[in-house]
Amino acid sequence: MHNPETPKQDSVVHAGGNGHGGVHVHPAPTSFIRKYIFSTDHKVIGLQYYFLALTSVFVGMYLSLLMRIHLVWPGAKVLGMDIKPETYLALLTMHGTIMVFFVLTTAPQGGFGNYMLPIQIGAPDMAFPILNMLSFWTTFLGFLAIIAAFIVEGGAPISGWTNYAPLSAIPSAGPGQGLGEDLWIVSIALFCIASLLGALNFITTTLDLRARGMTMMRLPLTVWSWFITAILGLLAFGVLLAAGILLLLDRNLGTSFFVPGGLVVSGEMIKHQGGSPLLWQHLFWFFGHPEVYIAILPGMGVASQVLSTFSRKPIFGYKAMVYAMLAIGGLGFFVWGHHMFMSGMSPYSAMAFSVMTIAIGVPSAIKTFNWLGTMWKGRIRFTVPMMFAIGFVSLFVSGGLSGPFLAQPALDIPLHDTFFVVAHFHLIMGVAAIFGIFAATYYWFPKMFGRMMNSKLGYLHFWITFIGAYAIFFPMHYEGMAGRPRRYAQLTEVAYLHQFWGLEKFITFAAIITISAQFLFVINLFWSMFKGPKAEINPWESTTLEWTIPSPPPHDNFGGHVPVVNNGPYEYGVPGAERDYIMQTDPAHVGSSH
Amino acid sequence: MGSLSPTLKIRESTVANPKVGGAGFPPGIRFPGTGGGGGGGGRDESYPDFGDRLRRYRLGLMVGLVAVVMLFVSFTSAYIVRQGLGSYDPAANAFVTDWKPLALPMGLLILNTCLLLASSFTIEMARRAAFAQAAVAPVTEMPGIARDEVRGVPWLPITVLLGLGFLAGQLMAWHELGRRGFYISTSPSNSFFYVLTGVHAVHLFGGVVALLYALAAAFRSRPLERRRIVVDVTAWYWHFMAILWLYIFALLKFAA
Amino acid sequence: MGLALLVVIWLLTFVCSYFFVAKTWWWPAAASLSGPALDAQFQYTLIAMGVVFVAAQAGLGLFAWKYRERPGAAAATYSHGNTKLEVVWTTLTAILFFGLAIAGSHLWAAERFEPAKSDSVKVEVTGLQFAWYFRYPGPDGKYGRTKPELIDASAGGEAAVGMDSTDPASKDDFVTGTMYLPVDREVDLTLRAQDVIHSFFVPSMRFKQDAVPGLMIHMHFTPDKVGDYEIACAELCGLGHYKMHGILKVVSQKDFDAWTAQHVAEKQ
Repeated sequence: MHNPETPKQDSVVHAGGNGHGGVHVHPAPTSFIRKYIFSTDHKVIGLQYYFLALTSVFVGMYLSLLMRIHLVWPGAKVLGMDIKPETYLALLTMHGTIMVFFVLTTAPQGGFGNYMLPIQIGAPDMAFPILNMLSFWTTFLGFLAIIAAFIVEGGAPISGWTNYAPLSAIPSAGPGQGLGEDLWIVSIALFCIASLLGALNFITTTLDLRARGMTMMRLPLTVWSWFITAILGLLAFGVLLAAGILLLLDRNLGTSFFVPGGLVVSGEMIKHQGGSPLLWQHLFWFFGHPEVYIAILPGMGVASQVLSTFSRKPIFGYKAMVYAMLAIGGLGFFVWGHHMFMSGMSPYSAMAFSVMTIAIGVPSAIKTFNWLGTMWKGRIRFTVPMMFAIGFVSLFVSGGLSGPFLAQPALDIPLHDTFFVVAHFHLIMGVAAIFGIFAATYYWFPKMFGRMMNSKLGYLHFWITFIGAYAIFFPMHYEGMAGRPRRYAQLTEVAYLHQFWGLEKFITFAAIITISAQFLFVINLFWSMFKGPKAEINPWESTTLEWTIPSPPPHDNFGGHVPVVNNGPYEYGVPGAERDYIMQTDPAHVGSSH
Repeated sequence: MGSLSPTLKIRESTVANPKVGGAGFPPGIRFPGTGGGGGGGGRDESYPDFGDRLRRYRLGLMVGLVAVVMLFVSFTSAYIVRQGLGSYDPAANAFVTDWKPLALPMGLLILNTCLLLASSFTIEMARRAAFAQAAVAPVTEMPGIARDEVRGVPWLPITVLLGLGFLAGQLMAWHELGRRGFYISTSPSNSFFYVLTGVHAVHLFGGVVALLYALAAAFRSRPLERRRIVVDVTAWYWHFMAILWLYIFALLKFAA
Repeated sequence: MGLALLVVIWLLTFVCSYFFVAKTWWWPAAASLSGPALDAQFQYTLIAMGVVFVAAQAGLGLFAWKYRERPGAAAATYSHGNTKLEVVWTTLTAILFFGLAIAGSHLWAAERFEPAKSDSVKVEVTGLQFAWYFRYPGPDGKYGRTKPELIDASAGGEAAVGMDSTDPASKDDFVTGTMYLPVDREVDLTLRAQDVIHSFFVPSMRFKQDAVPGLMIHMHFTPDKVGDYEIACAELCGLGHYKMHGILKVVSQKDFDAWTAQHVAEKQ
C-alpha cells in the first residue's frame, strides 16, 4: 500500500552533466593495464580479490587432498611427490594459512565486499580508490611470499597456521623453520597491512558515502556484515602485525620475546633468555578469534540477503540481526583465551573466557532462529544461491553446536587439539563460510558478468558439496571424542588410533569426490562468463540497489545518476504491491522503515 | 564501536537539516551543479565539494589511527607482560626475570622531543596557512600558489627539516646505546626500546613523505585543494605522532 | 527441490546423530577419578545440543518443503518479525547455554584450582622432540637440579633431562621412558618442556595439559583402574609429533613400591 500522504518521489536524481557523487571518479580508463591490472575501480579490484581467492582455494584444496591421501596411504607417492611426515606438516601449515587468509578473509570481504558495498549503499566507488588498489596489490605480494615459501631451501614452515613459539621462533626446530618461516611471517605482515588499509576504506565508505535516504537501519545486512567485519579487521590485524614483527626479531636479531632461556633444540643450546611462549599465543588469538568472525560474518550477511530474497519475505527481525552481528563481533574480542585452556594460562581466567564464549552462543542462536523465521510462511524459490544459503544455515547449526562443548574448559580438557575441534572449525568457519561465498557467487554473478550461471550444474555442485561437507567433517567429531589428536602425519604409531582406519578412508574418499565436484563450479563459472544467457537488470526480483543498474554495472555504477533510497532493504511479499516486492529506490512504502 | 556513534550523530544531524547539502542530501553525496552545501561547491565539475572531501579524509585518518593505536597497544601489552614475567631457569631451579631497566640517553631524547614538538607547532602553522591561503586565492590561479608560498613563512619545509632532525636524533640515540654496548638482543628492555622507537620512526617517516608530496604538489601546480587536504590530514597525523612519542617516551622512562 | 532438501537434511541429521547414540566411535573407558563426572557433563551437553541440532535441522528441512513456491500456495506472510518471540528464544538459549557452563564449572575448579594433595605421588614429565621422559624424585621426595648444558637427548634417561648428578637431591632420582603410577592415588605432575611446546594427553585419564618451555606446570589426576594407557602428544611439536607417544602403566601400590625400590636400588 502506498501512503497517499507521501509525495511521489523520483527514484533517481539526475545529477546533470557528468556529475558524480562524493567520490571523484575519473573517466573510465581505456588502456588494458589501467583497466584490469592497476585499476582503481572497486568492481575490478573486487574481481581481482575474488580470482586471487579462487586461485588460493584450489591451492589450499590440493594441499588438503595430499594430506588426506597421505593419512590413509602413508607410503603413496602423489604425482611423483614423496610425502614425508614433515611434508605433511608443511602441507597443513600452508593449507591453514592460505585458506584462512587468502580465501576466507579475501573472497567475502575483499571480493564481494569491494564489489558490492559501494553499489549497495549507492556510491560511485570506495572512499579511497587508490588505497583500495594498494590494498589488493599488497595482498597479492603477500600471496607471492607465501607461495615462495614452498620453493625456498628447507621448504614451507611446519608450525601450523597458529605458528606457536618456540617452534616458530627457532630455525633449527624443524625443516621449513628457516627461510620458509620468515617468508610466512612476511606474507602475513603484508596481509595485515593490506587488510588494515582495506578496513579503513570500508569503514569510511560505509559511514560517509551512503546515498540519500540510506540510513544505517536501511542498510542491507550484507553491508552491515562487511562494515562490522571491517571494524573487527581494523582492531585485530594490528595485533597480529605487532606479534609478527616481534617474532621476526626473535628469529633474526636474537631478541627474546617468545623464547625462554635454557632450551636445547636439536642438541644445541639456544641463546635466548626469559621470553614467553604464552605471549605469542595471547597476541595471536587476540587477533585469531576475531579473525574467525571476519571469515564468517560476511557469510551471515549473504545468507540473510539470499534467504529473504528467495523466501519472498522480509528478513525476520532486521534489528535483532544487526545487533546480533554487533554482539558477535564485540564479544569476539574477549574470548581469545578459550583457545588456551590447556596452555598453562591461569585457570581462573579460563572461567572468565568460558563465560564470554558461551555468551557468543546467544546472538549466534538469534541469527539461526531469525533465518528459520525468515523462511517460515515464505514462498520459497529454490534457486541455486538459495540452496547454498539453506546449506549455510544447516552447516552453521552443525558447526556451531559443537561450540558449547569446547567453551567449557572441563570438557576442553579431553577435546582440546583433537579432531573434535577440527570438525568444529571446519564446519563453521570453513565450509559454512565457503557456502556463503558460493551463495554470493551464484547470486551476484548475473550482476557482475551480465550473464546467468547454468543452474543444472549449480544444483549438482550444491548436492555433492553439501553432502560431501557433512561426510568429510562430521565423522571427525567421533574421532575427536575417541582421542584422535590433530596434526598427526600418520596414525600408525599410536595404537589406539588404528581403530580409525575405516573412518579415515571414508573421509578421504568423500574429500576426493567433493573436491572433484568443485571443478563443476569452475567450469560453470568460466563457461557462463562467456556463454551464459544474458542476464536482465534484476533477474532475482531483488530489492537492493545493485539490482537497479545494468548488468554488468557501468564504470561509475549509477551512470551519473545518484539513487535515492526510500525503503528498507527487504520488502518482499508486500500485500497490495504491484509486484510482490518493493525496491529500495521505489517510492516510500508504509511500514517499510524499521 | 567507539568511533561509530559520534560519526553517526554528526551525520543524522546534518540529514535532519534540510539546508545542508543540495536538496537535503547527506553531506557525503554532493552534486556539482546542484549548488548549496557546506563549502564553496561547484567550482570544478569533476571535483566534489572541498568540505566533504576534507571531512572524508579526516574520517579516514581517524579510522586509520585506530589501527596504529592497536599496533602500539599490542606492543605495550607485550612490554608489560614481558616485564612482569618470570620464566623457569633450570640452572637456578627458580623462576627468574631477566628484565633490566634501561639507561636511556636522556639528553638526546629530550632534545628529540623538543624537535618533534616544535615540528608539531610548525605543521599546525602550515595547516592554518594553507587554509588562509585557500580562502584568499581562487583555485583557478594555480601559478599564484607558489608565489604565496614564497611570501609567507615556509612552514612546510621547516616541518620537514624538523621531522628529519627528529629521525636523525633517534638514529643517534640508537648509536649511543650501541656505543654503550646495548644492542637489540642485549636485554628485553633494550629490545622494546628499539622496537617502539623504530616502529614510531617508520610511521613518522610516512608523515615526512606525505609532506614532501604536498611540497612537490605546490611546484607541480596540482589543485590547491588536494594540497590543503594533504597538509591538513598530515598535520593531524603529525600531532598524533607527537603524542604517541610522548607516550612511548613516558612508557620507556617511567615503566622501566 | 523442497522435498529433496527435506529428505537430505533429515537424512544427514539422522545419520550424524545415529553414531552419537550408537557410540560406534566413543570415548575410551574412563580410568581416572574425575572421568565419570566429566563424561556425565559431556552427556548433558550432548543431549542439550543434540535436541537443538535435531530441532533446528528438522525445522530447516520442514520449512524448505512446506513453504516452497508452488501454484496455489498461500502468499508469503508479510512480517518483519516478532519481538516477543525473539525475546523468548533469546532468553531460553541464554538459560540453556549458561546453565550448561555453570553446571560444568565445578569440574574445572576441581581439576585446576586446587593443588595436589600432599601425599600424592610426584612425577616430573619432560617433553622433548619427540619423546616423553618421567622423573621420580625417589625416597627424599625432592627433584635434583637439571642443567641445560648437561642435556643429551640421544643418550636418553637421566642425560635426556639434563640431570646434575652433583646435586645431592638427585642421588635417588630416576628417569624412565614409561610412566608408572599406583592406582587410586593422586599424582602430582610437574610438566616441563625442553625445546618447544608439547601437550601431555592421556585420553583414558581425561587428562591433557601443555608442557611449555620456560614454565613448570603443576597438575594432578587420580588413576582409578589398573591397566596400560597410551600417552599422546597433543600440541604440534615438529616433524615427529605423530610418533611422540608413551605408555602409562597403572599398577597396584605394592607393584609400584617394588618397581620404585628396584629403580632406586639400581642407582646405588
